[in-house]
Amino acid sequence: MLTFVLRRVFQSLIVLLVVGLVAFSMFRFVGDPIDNLLGQERTQADIERLRTQLGLDQPFVVQYWRFLEGAVQGNFGVSYRQGRPVAEIIAERLPATLELALVSGILAIGVGIALGVFTAIRRDGWMANTIMTVSLIGVSLPTFLIGILLIYIFSVELGWLPSFGRGEVVDLGWWTTGFLTPSGRQALILPAITLGLYQMTLIMRLVRSEMLEVLRQDYIRFARARGLRERTVNFRHALKNTLVPVITVTGLQLGSIIAFAIITETVFQWPGVGLLFINAIQFVDIPVMAAYLMLISVMFVGINLIVDLAYFAIDPRLRAENSGAK
Amino acid sequence: MADIPAEKPREAGAFARFWDSDFGWKFRHSPVALISFGVVVLLVFSAVFAPLIAPYDPFDPASLNLMNGFTAPMEPNAFTGDSFWLGTDDQGRDVFSTILYGMRISLFVGFAAVFLAMVLGVALGLIAGYRGGWTETIIMRVADVQLTFPAILVAMLIFGIAKGFTPVEYRDQMAIWVLIIAIGLSDWVQFARVVRGATLVEKNKDYVQAARLIGRSQFSIMLRHILPNVLSPVLVIATISLALAIIAEATLSFLGVGAPPTQPSLGTLIRIGQGFLFSGEWWILFFPAATLLALALSVNLLGDWLRDALNPRLK
Repeated sequence: MLTFVLRRVFQSLIVLLVVGLVAFSMFRFVGDPIDNLLGQERTQADIERLRTQLGLDQPFVVQYWRFLEGAVQGNFGVSYRQGRPVAEIIAERLPATLELALVSGILAIGVGIALGVFTAIRRDGWMANTIMTVSLIGVSLPTFLIGILLIYIFSVELGWLPSFGRGEVVDLGWWTTGFLTPSGRQALILPAITLGLYQMTLIMRLVRSEMLEVLRQDYIRFARARGLRERTVNFRHALKNTLVPVITVTGLQLGSIIAFAIITETVFQWPGVGLLFINAIQFVDIPVMAAYLMLISVMFVGINLIVDLAYFAIDPRLRAENSGAK
Repeated sequence: MADIPAEKPREAGAFARFWDSDFGWKFRHSPVALISFGVVVLLVFSAVFAPLIAPYDPFDPASLNLMNGFTAPMEPNAFTGDSFWLGTDDQGRDVFSTILYGMRISLFVGFAAVFLAMVLGVALGLIAGYRGGWTETIIMRVADVQLTFPAILVAMLIFGIAKGFTPVEYRDQMAIWVLIIAIGLSDWVQFARVVRGATLVEKNKDYVQAARLIGRSQFSIMLRHILPNVLSPVLVIATISLALAIIAEATLSFLGVGAPPTQPSLGTLIRIGQGFLFSGEWWILFFPAATLLALALSVNLLGDWLRDALNPRLK
């Protein structure tokens, strides 16, 4: 058990180090930040001053050391474009993305599991068939088209919901939230659906196929034979046993939600880190790109690690295999 | 005289062999395959011959008339009286023509990116599977790390880095190639994994042992003996990857980190069209979006069908 955990943690650290190297190489070798910061009209003095200011005149090793030192402390230098510390900009944008991801995650898991159970129990009903067909279309539609479609229906035609921004937010000092104002909650609805839809269909299809598998098992037939109520059989006996793979996939999907937030945030001009990243790519703002890369890798690697460990804790077979062979 | 008849039956035979084979039979009897194949052929055909089909050249400033801007589909323009099948955009460009040219770019990027991913993935997969040892460990570890992140994120990152390497004045011209490299590099892992798996099986078979015994080099064993035997799953993955690559290209271009407005792909056109959503010019957005959807959906369905028909084990 301990060796397995240690090995996984070690692997995760290696991945983070590799990503850190990529991030630093971006800093060091990609483009000329001076070009990006100063326009066409610039003097040699301007260039020199900025070069010293950004530390670009230092030798490679010194810059690398500075980067590592800074990264551990959450310091990623100054944005080429905005001229402010990257950590400050990200801290300002992060609550928007996390709130969006949280709501879409809950939506995807809640609705996904409910629909999955429903379509498995009523597998030949017209309602279940309709849901399955619609979900197939949902998977093939690119995310940004779903967003545009929702904007067209609910903002342009019906005029019910706002099409961009976060609405009014409440500043809690270290966190800004849109949950506390009506306009903030309204602004959250369309982006959350757009972001959660793909994961929702995935979870739904997974729960459905797992449920169908479990419902064929003998112990379900025995439970029915014992005269247990249908509800008890479906939820207490069947659903419970489908949850192990569902937890794994769901955990891994949470990472994707944060990555795909980039697309949703651009469609809805949602002021989160994803939109920040896209703007950073457009203007080749390397410090912001590198910081986003590090942030998202820590999230991904962390989530993967937790899922692996959770899976390991849940499934006894895995434990036996690992302690013996390796 | 005697040569020509001898040549002819063989040509007819190849097609007839396909037509009578299991594969051909499945193809003829699957409405999904026939329809999606038809749509793909139609779209690819109209993209390839866009300059001949398109009524206007949307990139020739001389043919544009600003007075024609915002003409609705099938309605004559209020000022000039010109009529356009699918209307015009804000600059008076014919939407139908921009879609044809846009699809050309979307398909070119899609095919080229998948080709790059395929060559890279197959080569690395073959080497990893055949050589084993630390070569395999390094290649597959890199693949694992890359697989941790969604492909679209990797593509964005590569696009950003490559953009940084391009001098500012060439960025728009190079964008298409940067896009191909970004999507191609984000997508090689699937190929490498499948090819490695298949190679591990093939390399212990008798014919490989025999080839080794007669002294063929590692390179020629991999290329001439193993490669042909691992290609059928590669074809399936390539088709599915094509749909993903087309969507990835559209997504990147839509986000503004792909094809520039001077060389608009379908994604760029949708990005432009989104700006007119609220002012009522729906056609500037709707027709490119519908085209993208038809393209992605039909390639996707064709890929799914191909997977089931060629190799049920891959399901």
